[in-house]
Amino acid sequence: MKPSVIVFPASNCDRDAAAALEMATGKKPRMVWHGDSELPDTDFIVLPGGFSYGDYLRAGAMAARSPIMRAVVEKARDGTPVLGICNGFQILCEAGLLPGALLRNAGLDFVCRTVALRVENSQSLFTSGFAQGQYVNFPVAHHDGNYFADAETLNRLEGEGRVAFRYVDNPNGSARDIAGVLNEAGNVLGMMPHPERAISPLLGGVDGAAFFRGLLEAA
Amino acid sequence: MTAITPEIVAEHGLSQEEYDRIRAALGREPNLLELGVFSVMWSEHCSYKSSRRHLKKLPTAAPWVIQGPGENAGVIDIGEGLAAVFKMESHNHPSYIEPYQGAATGVGGIMRDVFTMGARPVANMNALRFGSWDHPKTRHLVAGVVAGIGGYGNCMGVPTVGGETNFHSGYDNNILVNAMTVGIAEKHRIFYSAARGAGNPVVYVGSKTGRDGIHGATMASAEFGEGSEERRPTVQVGDPFTEKLLLEACLELMASDAIIAIQDMGAAGLTSSSVEMAAKGGGGVELDLDKVPQREEGMNAYEMMLSESQERMLMVLKPGKEEEARAIFEKWGLAFAVIGVTTDSGRLVVKHKGVVEADIPLGPLADEAPNYDRPVAPLEKPAPLEDPTVTVREALAILSAPGKSEDEMRALAEALVDDRVASLAGVEAAGYSLARGEAKIYARLAPGVAGDFAPLKDAAENLRETGVIAAAEIETHEESVDLADRAGAHSLLTALGLLMSSPDLCSRRWIWEQYDHTVMADTVIGPGGDAALVRVHGTNRALAITTDVTPRYVKADPFEGGKQAVAETWRNICATGAAPLAITNCLNFGNPERPEIMAQFVGAVEGMAEACEALGYPVVSGNVSLYNETNGVAIAPTPAIGGVGVLEDATKAARVGGAEAGDELVAVGVTRGWLGQSLYMRELFGREDGAPPPVDLAAERRNGEAVRKLIAEGLATACHDVSDGGLLVAAAEMALASGEGLELKTPVKARRAAFWFGEDQGRYLLACAPGATDTALLKLAMAGVQASRIGRFGGAFIRLDEDDAIGLFDLADLHEKPLPAYMRSETAKENEPMPMPAEKIRELILEALPDATVEIEDLAGDGDHYRARVVSAAFRGKNRVQQHQLVYRALKGRMGGELHALALETEAAE
Repeated sequence: MKPSVIVFPASNCDRDAAAALEMATGKKPRMVWHGDSELPDTDFIVLPGGFSYGDYLRAGAMAARSPIMRAVVEKARDGTPVLGICNGFQILCEAGLLPGALLRNAGLDFVCRTVALRVENSQSLFTSGFAQGQYVNFPVAHHDGNYFADAETLNRLEGEGRVAFRYVDNPNGSARDIAGVLNEAGNVLGMMPHPERAISPLLGGVDGAAFFRGLLEAA
Repeated sequence: MTAITPEIVAEHGLSQEEYDRIRAALGREPNLLELGVFSVMWSEHCSYKSSRRHLKKLPTAAPWVIQGPGENAGVIDIGEGLAAVFKMESHNHPSYIEPYQGAATGVGGIMRDVFTMGARPVANMNALRFGSWDHPKTRHLVAGVVAGIGGYGNCMGVPTVGGETNFHSGYDNNILVNAMTVGIAEKHRIFYSAARGAGNPVVYVGSKTGRDGIHGATMASAEFGEGSEERRPTVQVGDPFTEKLLLEACLELMASDAIIAIQDMGAAGLTSSSVEMAAKGGGGVELDLDKVPQREEGMNAYEMMLSESQERMLMVLKPGKEEEARAIFEKWGLAFAVIGVTTDSGRLVVKHKGVVEADIPLGPLADEAPNYDRPVAPLEKPAPLEDPTVTVREALAILSAPGKSEDEMRALAEALVDDRVASLAGVEAAGYSLARGEAKIYARLAPGVAGDFAPLKDAAENLRETGVIAAAEIETHEESVDLADRAGAHSLLTALGLLMSSPDLCSRRWIWEQYDHTVMADTVIGPGGDAALVRVHGTNRALAITTDVTPRYVKADPFEGGKQAVAETWRNICATGAAPLAITNCLNFGNPERPEIMAQFVGAVEGMAEACEALGYPVVSGNVSLYNETNGVAIAPTPAIGGVGVLEDATKAARVGGAEAGDELVAVGVTRGWLGQSLYMRELFGREDGAPPPVDLAAERRNGEAVRKLIAEGLATACHDVSDGGLLVAAAEMALASGEGLELKTPVKARRAAFWFGEDQGRYLLACAPGATDTALLKLAMAGVQASRIGRFGGAFIRLDEDDAIGLFDLADLHEKPLPAYMRSETAKENEPMPMPAEKIRELILEALPDATVEIEDLAGDGDHYRARVVSAAFRGKNRVQQHQLVYRALKGRMGGELHALALETEAAE
């Protein structure tokens, strides 16, 4: 596996994502600068969490238009797996790789806590480390995590098994408790929770370690 | 050129005497820019002119100290070739005026102080004091400050891992926002601010300069009065996005060998950064303001030199490294400009548009700045809280009249109770009993009531003299009762519930869930524990970090309170198993020109010094915030202490939670039951008097070291320090965090309330597995530490002495709900729910459904419970739920507020 992590201005979970990938693969991933227009030789792309471009305009809106994203979109359309976590999920929606949008949390405040999620689809290449219906605990930390799409889109996502995770106790008002969604081809996953923050029992859980190991096995 | 008038001097916060010193230093009259430069450099904030001589009393050395006070932050060796870099700073005045930006830029400023030294910030902490919950501004300030701290720290990707928040009316008009940052650097790659050598380029990086925050440092050094909101333009505006880029760019440049000196532009911006770098380097500096990146047009030299625009740094580079540095900053999209050069003139020279605008010798600006020996009032030690006992008086009148029927005796007794006893002042209980021709009348006066039973005695005597009864005997009895025990007697656990839901002890979850406390994926213990614990990335060790002070103790006795603040940080760090290493501080006090305020300051500093000395726990950085007064009323003295320690094996950390069913609860340290200045006396009896608990520093050290050893040996499954609210609150917090109930037992002979709620110092609670308790107790005894079993974990209740119990879920509710409920009630409070007249309901419905016929019946006659029948064509084709929704929408959210209950019937009109 040759993973890479895209670094946008004010990405701030890039190091955490790299550490989790390194734990799973034993190799340091390539860190790719947003201003580059070409990707290195890679077979797995992570858009990390953070506040790319300060969340100015809309969370993810400016990052989605950065030079590297043209290459990421192309790769994604060719079937390379792309994982967007938190701000990465917002960027994927803004870039049109995933449907829907992430609005301000229903409670209006930033929310940081560990939440329980239900694995809704364990058949995807991102969730093979889990059993269908398994409950896992990941931290969330976001201000704009309230997933929104029209009813028709939501019905389609649910009907096609494209809801990867659902919140057990919805922290942000997301439609139908959706915490993570897949694209039609199943090679792009966007999720608000942070699996990369749950890779050690010392740091509040190991469900994230299972997630990253599952990626390795699937790849 | 503007002539300098006495008014201009005063506007710059300078005294006439200080102005004379400026003239002497220059050998001429200053111009306006020079006056401005002196005014900020000689402000309390930059010069420490009232505090310097006292701060020297603080111990600052230890083998592990790499850099003590005097730099941007303190630096200590934490092993494995790494150093922790940390400091705490206040942003009180700006946060009161504009809470979001004030708090945000406070966090931004302290992070810059840390990464200026080459460290990557890894943890943020804060110490917040707000006014009482009843004050109309408190909610607004809490909401703004918390959002501001979160907004900046979250975007920076630095976890905010803990802190403390107090509420007290003493901060109603002057809140305190103290922010602390801890960073980690390689210990041989620390960057300093001394710009040694002449002819080196002075480089400006970061955001462009605007007109924001001019004279912030001077504002921070003045009292508040009416109209302080008008100072809003002196509050800076933060941009965490730019600071994140600045952080990454600085660290990238620091990995090379280009920087001679670096200093962040915080308070007093370009002025203080250039003066400090040049003065520390022993040289001079010449600036050309035409080169300064500017975001506004037409700025003059005065505005540029005094601007406090955020997210800027000043560096002195090695000659020839400019282009390498420029490439890095431009890659990160930041301004970069060579704006001057270091000299050997010993002067600050500022040029603008080819004209020398300022030419000032550096000595008077820095080392020779005023250093005042302010008068200090004598300190009186407070009297210990007088034993909180009260006198209860009882009387028993025995009337005998052999031969009278029981009915006659009853009539007599009832008359006496109704006429005489009831008229006694302060009667709390009264009654009578009848037996064999005797009537016994009992009366008790409320505790503390000074009255006597003369009217009852007179009446009984009168009955005997007139022959109605044969004999009258009156006994009176007085008893001293422990007030604390008496109030607690009904239930100490009720008192526990009150304390756990009080503003100062209820859960702060509402606050810290707005802070990203898990980013960087190194948080071992986040907010809500004793000290926070953050793993040192890539190692097994962790930094323990805490902020503490108990202002009510410091107010009552500055010396003991200063000691206590240091000791509490020590204790919180020990409670995780970590070894405390050093502290930073943020000393918040009132106006130092008042001798009684100086007495508080000097007392607290001396107390801190004694504690630091005794605990081997030096001060490596700090900040002083004076003039925290509004209209002449000072805050409680608040020397906030930030402590840092190291735990070599993070997997051995002890937590507040973690106790299992069957584990025994062990109290470590001596419990005498010190109620003076306790939260128990304040919250339950409104008493804020008495002396605070004294700190026995030798015992503090002994106990802390012994507890750490037990944790290292794995003999404790959980550990918590005992502070506000005493043993019972600490035990309850452990039970809640562990999800296990507790059976607690008061030791024989202990005064119950004092035992459970007293705030004696130097104590911990440990949870020990059943097999480990004896070993732990033995080891503690051998270390000379007093300890005893006081309970056992298990079940879903906290039980005290088998007669009193509270469910864990009930307690969790009491603990978790108050702060979110308080913060939510912002708008509800303003629109006090008022009963709604029927006509108003009709009006609202007709407004939305003009064709409707509306019949309304007031069910309870209270304007609050109605039945309404609404017929409208708009209901056609809609089901009942949709019809009702139309009506509810017409009521515009008043249901459940103004309008309590509405039984609704709807029908579609033909």
